[in-house]
Amino acid sequence: MIVDSLIIPRDDFEAGTGWLLRPEGACRGDHCIPLVDPPEGDTVDVAAMASQMNLPLVADERHAVWAVGPASVGGRALVGAEAPDVTLPDLDGNPFTLSSLRGQKVLLVAWSPY
Amino acid sequence: MWQAFRDQVKGEGLEVVTVALETAGADACRPFIEAAHPQHPSLIDRHHKTAELFGFVNIPNAVWIDEDGIIVRPAEPAPAPASIERPSGSALAGFEPPQRLLEILGEASKIQTSPAEYERALRDWVANGSMSRFVLSPEEVVHRSQRRDRNGALGQAHFELAAHLETIGHHDDAVDHYRQAHRLMPTNFAYKRQAWSLEPSGGDLAGPVARFWQGPLDGEEADWPYEGDWLTDVRAMGAEHYYPEWRP
Repeated sequence: MIVDSLIIPRDDFEAGTGWLLRPEGACRGDHCIPLVDPPEGDTVDVAAMASQMNLPLVADERHAVWAVGPASVGGRALVGAEAPDVTLPDLDGNPFTLSSLRGQKVLLVAWSPY
Repeated sequence: MWQAFRDQVKGEGLEVVTVALETAGADACRPFIEAAHPQHPSLIDRHHKTAELFGFVNIPNAVWIDEDGIIVRPAEPAPAPASIERPSGSALAGFEPPQRLLEILGEASKIQTSPAEYERALRDWVANGSMSRFVLSPEEVVHRSQRRDRNGALGQAHFELAAHLETIGHHDDAVDHYRQAHRLMPTNFAYKRQAWSLEPSGGDLAGPVARFWQGPLDGEEADWPYEGDWLTDVRAMGAEHYYPEWRP
Protein backbone atom coordinates (compact mmCIF):
# COMPACT_ATOMS: atom_id res chain seq x y z
CA MET A 1 0.00 0.00 0.00
CA ILE A 2 1.34 3.43 -0.99
CA VAL A 3 0.52 6.36 1.29
CA ASP A 4 1.51 10.01 1.17
CA SER A 5 0.71 10.57 4.85
CA LEU A 6 1.36 8.50 7.95
CA ILE A 7 -2.05 9.35 9.39
CA ILE A 8 -4.75 7.92 7.14
CA PRO A 9 -8.44 7.08 7.37
CA ARG A 10 -9.11 3.73 8.99
CA ASP A 11 -11.08 2.59 5.92
CA ASP A 12 -8.09 3.30 3.65
CA PHE A 13 -5.79 1.29 5.88
CA GLU A 14 -8.17 -1.65 5.85
CA ALA A 15 -8.73 -1.49 2.10
CA GLY A 16 -5.04 -1.00 1.34
CA THR A 17 -3.69 -3.77 3.55
CA GLY A 18 -6.62 -6.20 3.38
CA TRP A 19 -6.62 -6.46 7.20
CA LEU A 20 -9.76 -5.40 9.05
CA LEU A 21 -9.23 -3.65 12.39
CA ARG A 22 -11.45 -5.34 14.96
CA PRO A 23 -11.46 -5.43 18.76
CA GLU A 24 -9.75 -8.84 18.67
CA GLY A 25 -6.99 -7.62 16.35
CA ALA A 26 -6.22 -7.03 12.68
CA CYS A 27 -8.07 -9.79 10.85
CA ARG A 28 -8.15 -11.36 7.41
CA GLY A 29 -10.71 -14.15 7.17
CA ASP A 30 -10.34 -16.27 10.30
CA HIS A 31 -6.79 -15.14 10.96
CA CYS A 32 -6.18 -12.27 13.39
CA ILE A 33 -2.98 -10.52 14.40
CA PRO A 34 -3.42 -9.44 18.04
CA LEU A 35 -2.93 -5.71 18.63
CA VAL A 36 -1.41 -4.43 21.86
CA ASP A 37 -2.69 -0.95 21.22
CA PRO A 38 -5.69 -1.16 18.85
CA PRO A 39 -6.53 2.10 17.09
CA GLU A 40 -9.55 4.07 18.19
CA GLY A 41 -11.44 6.53 16.04
CA ASP A 42 -11.56 7.04 12.30
CA THR A 43 -7.87 7.48 11.59
CA VAL A 44 -4.87 5.18 11.84
CA ASP A 45 -1.24 5.92 12.69
CA VAL A 46 0.38 3.93 9.88
CA ALA A 47 3.80 3.63 11.54
CA ALA A 48 2.31 2.44 14.82
CA MET A 49 0.11 -0.13 13.08
CA ALA A 50 2.94 -1.35 10.86
CA SER A 51 5.04 -1.87 13.96
CA GLN A 52 2.31 -3.79 15.79
CA MET A 53 1.50 -5.97 12.78
CA ASN A 54 5.13 -6.47 11.76
CA LEU A 55 4.47 -4.89 8.35
CA PRO A 56 7.51 -3.34 6.68
CA LEU A 57 7.31 0.43 6.18
CA VAL A 58 9.62 1.91 3.57
CA ALA A 59 9.99 5.65 3.02
CA ASP A 60 11.03 7.55 -0.06
CA GLU A 61 11.83 10.89 1.49
CA ARG A 62 12.53 12.66 -1.75
CA HIS A 63 8.95 12.13 -2.92
CA ALA A 64 7.39 11.99 0.55
CA VAL A 65 5.70 8.65 -0.01
CA TRP A 66 5.74 5.42 1.96
CA ALA A 67 5.05 1.81 1.08
CA VAL A 68 3.53 -0.53 3.63
CA GLY A 69 4.53 -4.10 2.79
CA PRO A 70 2.51 -7.25 3.36
CA ALA A 71 2.33 -9.29 6.53
CA SER A 72 4.59 -12.32 6.75
CA VAL A 73 2.38 -14.23 9.17
CA GLY A 74 3.16 -17.92 9.03
CA GLY A 75 6.02 -17.34 6.61
CA ARG A 76 3.81 -17.73 3.54
CA ALA A 77 2.23 -15.42 0.97
CA LEU A 78 -1.24 -16.73 1.90
CA VAL A 79 -2.58 -16.73 5.46
CA GLY A 80 -5.70 -18.65 4.42
CA ALA A 81 -7.20 -20.17 1.29
CA GLU A 82 -9.86 -17.49 0.88
CA ALA A 83 -9.02 -15.59 -2.32
CA PRO A 84 -8.11 -11.98 -1.63
CA ASP A 85 -10.25 -9.56 -3.65
CA VAL A 86 -8.74 -7.09 -6.05
CA THR A 87 -10.04 -4.55 -8.54
CA LEU A 88 -7.91 -3.73 -11.59
CA PRO A 89 -8.47 -1.91 -14.88
CA ASP A 90 -8.65 -3.53 -18.29
CA LEU A 91 -6.92 -2.16 -21.39
CA ASP A 92 -9.46 0.65 -21.66
CA GLY A 93 -9.33 1.55 -17.98
CA ASN A 94 -12.61 -0.10 -17.01
CA PRO A 95 -12.34 -1.54 -13.49
CA PHE A 96 -13.01 -5.23 -12.93
CA THR A 97 -13.44 -6.85 -9.52
CA LEU A 98 -12.30 -10.44 -9.15
CA SER A 99 -15.03 -11.39 -6.67
CA SER A 100 -17.70 -10.58 -9.28
CA LEU A 101 -16.98 -14.06 -10.67
CA ARG A 102 -18.21 -15.92 -7.57
CA GLY A 103 -20.23 -18.95 -8.66
CA GLN A 104 -17.74 -19.82 -11.39
CA LYS A 105 -14.35 -21.45 -11.24
CA VAL A 106 -11.62 -18.91 -12.00
CA LEU A 107 -8.20 -19.48 -13.49
CA LEU A 108 -6.24 -16.34 -12.63
CA VAL A 109 -3.20 -16.17 -14.90
CA ALA A 110 -0.36 -13.67 -14.41
CA TRP A 111 1.64 -12.90 -17.57
CA SER A 112 3.81 -10.10 -18.86
CA PRO A 113 5.03 -8.64 -22.15
CA TYR A 114 8.68 -8.84 -21.01
CA MET B 1 -3.80 -19.05 -26.33
CA TRP B 2 -5.78 -18.84 -23.11
CA GLN B 3 -8.69 -17.46 -25.15
CA ALA B 4 -8.85 -20.66 -27.24
CA PHE B 5 -8.79 -22.77 -24.09
CA ARG B 6 -11.46 -20.59 -22.54
CA ASP B 7 -13.70 -21.08 -25.59
CA GLN B 8 -13.51 -24.82 -24.96
CA VAL B 9 -14.35 -24.76 -21.26
CA LYS B 10 -16.57 -21.70 -20.77
CA GLY B 11 -19.74 -23.81 -20.94
CA GLU B 12 -18.40 -25.95 -18.11
CA GLY B 13 -18.22 -23.13 -15.60
CA LEU B 14 -14.63 -21.90 -15.80
CA GLU B 15 -13.70 -18.31 -16.45
CA VAL B 16 -10.17 -17.23 -17.30
CA VAL B 17 -8.83 -13.93 -15.97
CA THR B 18 -5.47 -12.78 -17.27
CA VAL B 19 -3.47 -10.15 -15.40
CA ALA B 20 -0.50 -8.39 -16.97
CA LEU B 21 2.12 -7.58 -14.33
CA GLU B 22 3.37 -4.51 -16.16
CA THR B 23 4.50 -1.31 -14.50
CA ALA B 24 4.86 0.27 -17.95
CA GLY B 25 1.07 0.11 -18.19
CA ALA B 26 -1.63 -0.67 -20.72
CA ASP B 27 0.16 0.57 -23.83
CA ALA B 28 3.00 -1.91 -23.31
CA CYS B 29 0.41 -4.72 -23.16
CA ARG B 30 -1.84 -3.51 -25.96
CA PRO B 31 -0.26 -5.31 -28.96
CA PHE B 32 -0.43 -8.65 -27.16
CA ILE B 33 -3.95 -8.22 -25.81
CA GLU B 34 -5.35 -6.92 -29.08
CA ALA B 35 -3.81 -9.85 -30.94
CA ALA B 36 -5.34 -12.32 -28.46
CA HIS B 37 -8.89 -10.86 -28.74
CA PRO B 38 -9.75 -11.95 -25.20
CA GLN B 39 -13.43 -12.42 -24.39
CA HIS B 40 -12.46 -12.96 -20.76
CA PRO B 41 -11.37 -10.24 -18.30
CA SER B 42 -7.86 -9.14 -19.27
CA LEU B 43 -6.47 -6.79 -16.63
CA ILE B 44 -3.45 -4.53 -16.15
CA ASP B 45 -1.61 -4.60 -12.82
CA ARG B 46 0.98 -1.82 -12.84
CA HIS B 47 1.90 -2.24 -9.18
CA HIS B 48 2.02 -6.07 -9.22
CA LYS B 49 -0.68 -6.02 -6.58
CA THR B 50 -1.88 -9.52 -7.49
CA ALA B 51 1.68 -10.81 -7.08
CA GLU B 52 1.71 -9.58 -3.50
CA LEU B 53 -1.79 -10.91 -2.79
CA PHE B 54 -1.41 -14.33 -4.42
CA GLY B 55 2.35 -14.93 -4.32
CA PHE B 56 3.26 -14.84 -8.02
CA VAL B 57 7.07 -14.76 -8.33
CA ASN B 58 7.52 -15.38 -12.04
CA ILE B 59 5.39 -15.29 -15.15
CA PRO B 60 3.38 -17.07 -16.31
CA ASN B 61 1.97 -18.18 -12.97
CA ALA B 62 -1.65 -18.99 -12.09
CA VAL B 63 -3.95 -19.76 -9.19
CA TRP B 64 -7.19 -21.75 -9.21
CA ILE B 65 -10.16 -20.25 -7.37
CA ASP B 66 -13.35 -22.26 -6.85
CA GLU B 67 -17.00 -21.16 -7.07
CA ASP B 68 -16.98 -20.02 -3.43
CA GLY B 69 -13.88 -17.89 -3.79
CA ILE B 70 -11.55 -20.43 -2.18
CA ILE B 71 -8.09 -20.91 -3.65
CA VAL B 72 -7.68 -24.60 -4.47
CA ARG B 73 -4.21 -24.32 -6.02
CA PRO B 74 -1.84 -21.50 -5.09
CA ALA B 75 0.54 -19.68 -7.44
CA GLU B 76 2.50 -22.12 -9.61
CA PRO B 77 3.99 -22.12 -13.10
CA ALA B 78 1.15 -22.09 -15.64
CA PRO B 79 2.30 -22.87 -19.18
CA ALA B 80 -0.28 -22.25 -21.88
CA PRO B 81 -2.26 -25.39 -22.73
CA ALA B 82 -0.30 -27.92 -24.76
CA SER B 83 -3.26 -28.78 -26.96
CA ILE B 84 -3.69 -25.23 -28.22
CA GLU B 85 -1.65 -24.48 -31.29
CA ARG B 86 1.10 -21.92 -30.76
CA PRO B 87 1.21 -19.01 -33.17
CA SER B 88 3.50 -19.96 -36.02
CA GLY B 89 6.33 -17.75 -37.20
CA SER B 90 8.67 -15.88 -34.95
CA ALA B 91 8.95 -12.35 -33.70
CA LEU B 92 12.47 -12.61 -35.05
CA ALA B 93 11.42 -13.45 -38.63
CA GLY B 94 13.09 -11.27 -41.22
CA PHE B 95 16.01 -9.90 -39.27
CA GLU B 96 19.36 -10.99 -37.99
CA PRO B 97 19.06 -11.19 -34.19
CA PRO B 98 21.91 -9.66 -32.17
CA GLN B 99 24.19 -12.07 -30.34
CA ARG B 100 22.70 -11.40 -26.91
CA LEU B 101 19.21 -12.25 -28.11
CA LEU B 102 20.44 -15.49 -29.65
CA GLU B 103 22.04 -16.41 -26.34
CA ILE B 104 18.82 -15.59 -24.48
CA LEU B 105 16.85 -17.80 -26.87
CA GLY B 106 19.40 -20.55 -26.31
CA GLU B 107 18.90 -20.40 -22.54
CA ALA B 108 15.13 -20.05 -22.90
CA SER B 109 15.03 -23.26 -24.92
CA LYS B 110 16.36 -25.11 -21.84
CA ILE B 111 13.60 -23.84 -19.57
CA GLN B 112 11.40 -26.72 -18.47
CA THR B 113 7.64 -26.56 -18.01
CA SER B 114 4.93 -29.20 -17.89
CA PRO B 115 2.22 -27.94 -20.25
CA ALA B 116 0.62 -31.33 -20.88
CA GLU B 117 0.44 -32.29 -17.20
CA TYR B 118 -0.80 -28.86 -16.23
CA GLU B 119 -3.52 -28.86 -18.87
CA ARG B 120 -4.63 -32.36 -17.90
CA ALA B 121 -4.95 -31.23 -14.29
CA LEU B 122 -6.84 -28.11 -15.27
CA ARG B 123 -9.33 -30.03 -17.40
CA ASP B 124 -9.77 -32.54 -14.60
CA TRP B 125 -10.69 -29.72 -12.22
CA VAL B 126 -13.11 -28.24 -14.77
CA ALA B 127 -14.82 -31.63 -15.14
CA ASN B 128 -14.77 -32.82 -11.52
CA GLY B 129 -14.67 -29.67 -9.40
CA SER B 130 -13.96 -30.26 -5.73
CA MET B 131 -13.70 -34.02 -6.41
CA SER B 132 -10.68 -33.47 -8.66
CA ARG B 133 -7.53 -35.01 -7.25
CA PHE B 134 -5.70 -31.82 -8.17
CA VAL B 135 -7.74 -29.73 -5.72
CA LEU B 136 -5.68 -29.07 -2.60
CA SER B 137 -6.93 -28.63 0.96
CA PRO B 138 -6.87 -25.10 2.43
CA GLU B 139 -3.94 -26.11 4.63
CA GLU B 140 -2.00 -27.41 1.64
CA VAL B 141 -2.84 -24.29 -0.38
CA VAL B 142 -1.33 -22.08 2.34
CA HIS B 143 1.63 -24.41 2.81
CA ARG B 144 2.42 -24.47 -0.92
CA SER B 145 2.01 -20.71 -1.35
CA GLN B 146 5.23 -18.77 -1.76
CA ARG B 147 7.55 -18.39 1.19
CA ARG B 148 7.44 -14.89 2.60
CA ASP B 149 9.67 -13.95 5.49
CA ARG B 150 10.20 -10.47 6.87
CA ASN B 151 12.88 -9.77 4.25
CA GLY B 152 10.56 -10.84 1.47
CA ALA B 153 7.81 -8.58 2.78
CA LEU B 154 10.31 -5.71 2.93
CA GLY B 155 11.34 -6.48 -0.65
CA GLN B 156 7.72 -6.25 -1.73
CA ALA B 157 7.37 -2.85 -0.06
CA HIS B 158 10.44 -1.65 -1.98
CA PHE B 159 9.04 -3.01 -5.24
CA GLU B 160 5.70 -1.31 -4.67
CA LEU B 161 7.48 1.97 -4.01
CA ALA B 162 9.56 1.48 -7.17
CA ALA B 163 6.45 0.77 -9.25
CA HIS B 164 4.75 3.82 -7.79
CA LEU B 165 7.70 6.09 -8.62
CA GLU B 166 7.87 4.58 -12.10
CA THR B 167 4.20 5.26 -12.78
CA ILE B 168 4.52 8.90 -11.73
CA GLY B 169 7.50 9.41 -14.00
CA HIS B 170 10.51 9.07 -11.70
CA HIS B 171 12.31 6.13 -13.23
CA ASP B 172 15.75 7.09 -11.91
CA ASP B 173 14.46 7.21 -8.35
CA ALA B 174 12.65 3.90 -8.80
CA VAL B 175 15.89 2.05 -9.62
CA ASP B 176 17.17 2.13 -6.02
CA HIS B 177 13.98 0.49 -4.80
CA TYR B 178 14.03 -2.14 -7.56
CA ARG B 179 17.60 -2.93 -6.49
CA GLN B 180 16.52 -3.33 -2.87
CA ALA B 181 13.64 -5.59 -3.93
CA HIS B 182 16.05 -7.77 -5.94
CA ARG B 183 18.49 -7.99 -3.03
CA LEU B 184 15.76 -8.97 -0.58
CA MET B 185 13.96 -11.39 -2.94
CA PRO B 186 16.75 -12.87 -5.08
CA THR B 187 14.57 -15.64 -6.49
CA ASN B 188 11.71 -13.37 -7.56
CA PHE B 189 12.15 -13.26 -11.32
CA ALA B 190 9.02 -11.20 -11.90
CA TYR B 191 10.58 -8.28 -10.01
CA LYS B 192 13.88 -8.72 -11.83
CA ARG B 193 12.41 -9.09 -15.31
CA GLN B 194 10.16 -6.08 -14.75
CA ALA B 195 13.03 -3.79 -13.74
CA TRP B 196 15.48 -5.09 -16.35
CA SER B 197 12.90 -4.74 -19.12
CA LEU B 198 12.45 -1.04 -18.37
CA GLU B 199 16.08 -0.29 -19.28
CA PRO B 200 17.12 0.53 -22.87
CA SER B 201 17.73 -2.38 -25.20
CA GLY B 202 20.69 -2.80 -27.51
CA GLY B 203 21.14 -4.38 -30.89
CA ASP B 204 18.87 -1.84 -32.63
CA LEU B 205 15.89 -3.79 -31.37
CA ALA B 206 12.50 -2.15 -31.70
CA GLY B 207 8.98 -3.10 -30.71
CA PRO B 208 7.98 -5.74 -28.17
CA VAL B 209 11.09 -7.89 -28.71
CA ALA B 210 13.25 -5.05 -27.32
CA ARG B 211 11.84 -5.77 -23.85
CA PHE B 212 13.69 -9.09 -23.80
CA TRP B 213 17.18 -7.58 -23.94
CA GLN B 214 17.20 -7.21 -20.14
CA GLY B 215 20.87 -6.52 -19.67
CA PRO B 216 23.72 -4.08 -20.25
CA LEU B 217 24.39 -2.56 -23.65
CA ASP B 218 27.49 -3.85 -25.42
CA GLY B 219 30.47 -1.75 -24.34
CA GLU B 220 28.43 0.10 -21.69
CA GLU B 221 28.43 -2.55 -18.99
CA ALA B 222 29.47 -0.02 -16.32
CA ASP B 223 26.23 1.89 -16.82
CA TRP B 224 23.97 -1.09 -16.10
CA PRO B 225 22.25 -0.23 -12.81
CA TYR B 226 21.54 -3.77 -11.55
CA GLU B 227 23.59 -6.52 -9.93
CA GLY B 228 22.34 -9.13 -12.35
CA ASP B 229 20.70 -9.41 -15.76
CA TRP B 230 18.57 -12.07 -17.40
CA LEU B 231 21.33 -13.99 -19.12
CA THR B 232 23.75 -13.90 -16.18
CA ASP B 233 21.13 -14.83 -13.58
CA VAL B 234 19.56 -17.62 -15.60
CA ARG B 235 22.96 -19.14 -16.38
CA ALA B 236 23.92 -18.93 -12.71
CA MET B 237 20.80 -20.73 -11.52
CA GLY B 238 20.59 -23.11 -14.48
CA ALA B 239 17.78 -22.53 -16.98
CA GLU B 240 16.24 -25.86 -16.02
CA HIS B 241 15.54 -24.41 -12.54
CA TYR B 242 13.90 -21.25 -13.88
CA TYR B 243 10.49 -22.58 -12.91
CA PRO B 244 10.04 -24.95 -9.98
CA GLU B 245 8.99 -28.43 -11.02
CA TRP B 246 5.21 -28.72 -11.25
CA ARG B 247 3.83 -31.26 -8.82
CA PRO B 248 0.28 -32.62 -8.76
